[in-house]
Amino acid sequence: MSQSMDHNAKISLRNLNFYYGKSHALKNINLDIPDRQVTAFIGPSGCGKSTLLRTMNRMYDLYPGQRAEGEILLDGQNILEKGADLNKLRARVGMVFQKPTPFPMSIYDNIAFGIKLYESMGRSDMDERVEWALKKAALWNEVKDILNRSGNSLSGGQQQRLCIARGIAVKPEVLLLDEPASALDPISTARIEELIHELKTDYTIAIVTHNMQQAARVSDFTAYMYLGEMIEFGKTDLVFTNPKQKATEDYITGKFG
Amino acid sequence: MFSLYARRQFANKFNLIASLATMLIGLSALAWILWTLLTYGLGGVSLEMFTKSTPPPGSTGGLLNAIVGSLIMTVIATLVGTPIGILAGTYLAEFGQRGWLAPTTRFINDILLSAPSIVIGLFVYEVYVVSTGHFSGWAGAFALSLIVIPVVVRTTENMLKLVPNSLREAAAALGAPHWKVVTMVTWRASKAGILTGILLAIARISGETAPLLFTALNNQFWSTDINAPMANLPVVIFQMAMSPYDDWHKLAWAGALLITTAVLGLSVAARILFRQQSSSH
Amino acid sequence: MKYDFLKVPTSLGNHDNNRPGTNHMSNSLSTHRTRRFRWQDRIFRGATRVFAFIVLALLVGILASLIIGSMPAIHKFGFGFLIDDSWNPVTEKFGALVPIYGTLVTSIIALLIGVPLSFGIAVFLTELSPKWLKRPLGIAIELLAGIPSIIYGMWGLFVFAPLFAEHVQPWLIDKLGPLPVLGPLFQGAPMGIGMLTAGLILALMVVPFIASVMRDVFEIVPPLLKESAYGLGATTWEVVWNIVLPYTKIGVVGSIMLGLGRALGETMAITFVIGNAHQLSTSLMMPGNTISSALANEFTEADGKLYTSALIELGLILFFITFVVLALSKLLLLQLGKHEGKKS
Repeated sequence: MSQSMDHNAKISLRNLNFYYGKSHALKNINLDIPDRQVTAFIGPSGCGKSTLLRTMNRMYDLYPGQRAEGEILLDGQNILEKGADLNKLRARVGMVFQKPTPFPMSIYDNIAFGIKLYESMGRSDMDERVEWALKKAALWNEVKDILNRSGNSLSGGQQQRLCIARGIAVKPEVLLLDEPASALDPISTARIEELIHELKTDYTIAIVTHNMQQAARVSDFTAYMYLGEMIEFGKTDLVFTNPKQKATEDYITGKFG
Repeated sequence: MFSLYARRQFANKFNLIASLATMLIGLSALAWILWTLLTYGLGGVSLEMFTKSTPPPGSTGGLLNAIVGSLIMTVIATLVGTPIGILAGTYLAEFGQRGWLAPTTRFINDILLSAPSIVIGLFVYEVYVVSTGHFSGWAGAFALSLIVIPVVVRTTENMLKLVPNSLREAAAALGAPHWKVVTMVTWRASKAGILTGILLAIARISGETAPLLFTALNNQFWSTDINAPMANLPVVIFQMAMSPYDDWHKLAWAGALLITTAVLGLSVAARILFRQQSSSH
Repeated sequence: MKYDFLKVPTSLGNHDNNRPGTNHMSNSLSTHRTRRFRWQDRIFRGATRVFAFIVLALLVGILASLIIGSMPAIHKFGFGFLIDDSWNPVTEKFGALVPIYGTLVTSIIALLIGVPLSFGIAVFLTELSPKWLKRPLGIAIELLAGIPSIIYGMWGLFVFAPLFAEHVQPWLIDKLGPLPVLGPLFQGAPMGIGMLTAGLILALMVVPFIASVMRDVFEIVPPLLKESAYGLGATTWEVVWNIVLPYTKIGVVGSIMLGLGRALGETMAITFVIGNAHQLSTSLMMPGNTISSALANEFTEADGKLYTSALIELGLILFFITFVVLALSKLLLLQLGKHEGKKS
């Protein structure tokens, strides 16, 4: 973990355990996610990487029977504490999902929805903010004339960028990306990777991906997980070129997984 | 002397033909009833039907007061029953994962869905008609609204459950409180589906007679006073059909055609809406 | 301040400058908002909960009002009410035997005829029908359920009953009447209306309900299971009878109970064709009465507390029986669902 110490930790996981009912999905995870860097989580499916992501905005709270133990510190504050304000937490820690999830409303309202939750602003300010978010997500040129059309009318790649725009429009501090490109074609994927690269100057990004090349391309740090355990964590170039653990090496070189 | 194989083939053919026959019986019953309605009903349809009120025995008249009465009560019943049904259904779908209330309500609701509607009439008679001292349009509307509720609860819950969880998560991930997630995202996403349920409920109450017999009763005259007994198509049709007068029979068939057209029309509309809903996910 | 990167429009820029280095979340406005969100959430959840309670309260209310309404009759007649066949408004002597008998007999006829019909239809829809026909046929059968019950009644009274009296009943009386045991069920005059006619119309009315549930439960049989039976050389019928039916038998019983629940409570169609006679007769050709048709015919004309109360007690009995039947149906269907859940 020493490698990440030259950066401030935005999120620190301390002895994190997670349970789906009785099954123990995350085992004693300790990790510092550095501020304004991209941290990738890789590992075979079912290893707990998505679960880990969903603890960081307590998305699991929507479902009964799922619980986390340990500590997750966001800027030093434990978000797993009882009485933590989940709405506020989730506004600070945004998330983009595997499949695009446009809301059943216009493109404009998709973006404005989240902004209106926490900020009161006039129409023209809102217009500017929507434009800013769409530009940031590299979608503005494609949709600027059809802002009133339903978000569902866009193509899959556009929808995903819409969801990213929606996520950054509320200006969170952290962005969690759960395999954001796995359902997209290569061109859209490249777009989104570029976007991640651009966004990291402003946001702390945690990304779960299936695709090792993608992890290598976009991330500064990489965590390899297996069966709910954190096997290896370090600077991406080191993890990929010179893994410390045999298991990581096997996975990365494709011998397994 | 049949071989085992031939016997099996025969049993197969015989039973499959029987299955085909049952299908044909079902279809011909439908066709027969609809044909009867058309032939008897079209003969009675006239302009008078929509412009005159129900006649005294032996003279001519129309169904205007009954049509208007039915419309008034249906609208009130829908306005009263729909919000209750939608909110209860929302509880079952959105908040019902924990605790005893949701499974119990779901179970009871399904029973109410098929419970005899005449008992609903008795209930409203006991709690409303007896205490106000007279039959009224309100009583009829309340009885109908009690039939609307379980239909809307059921469809609302089902339709909300069709909304993928990822959409709820996406809204929650922006920091939206649960009530905003529900009202702005999941309700919107299942708008067509919830509307389907409302249409089905209206279709259901449009033809209901039993719960109106001792609540709205009937009114031979033109009246839009909801506090008084109120004419309504099903009960008027019932009384006319049971009467000995030919004119009344004719009018009853025309009314029956009208009701059935409305009910089947609403069901078809509901079906089309539902198809829209399911193709959007 | 690294926040120049954002290139936020000026209005937003100002906004941001007030809280350099952090985002908008830490200001008091948003704390205020999230607090408001929390109580709004509580109110919304509470409101929907109240309405869910209303559904439960409805059931309790129906039961309570029926029990209170039938108290005078319960006090007067006690349990004897259930087995007394008298019904005399003048002497105020009432018993429920005739309507209970009529309700059961018509429902049994409805099931005897309706269940095989529904089974055949469900088999046709799941196993035999070409794919493109499934939807329209399914819709047609469901339309049968959509036709209001007075329409069935009118059709039964004006169209079906006369034909039945002229062409079918004489034959039944002639051929089945003289038989031992079964004979008494088919004796009397061919009047068209009566318990048999009511049962037949009822059969038609429950078919769509039973058939659509049966079709749904047949469809949950894993295709692999059926394919393995076909793989052994089984015929379609053998697959239906030996694989599909045993696999879904709980659901099939559930669907039949649902149909029974519907049949017991059906009112208007029966009121048209049953003849409304307070008499106990062995013959199915004779007019009779059911609980619901007695209510429909007599309730508004009943004068006297005891008369009304006796009718309400009939309603209570009906509600109780249908409640038990429908609850059983629901439990069976739920069990099938669970069983299915475990398999997958």
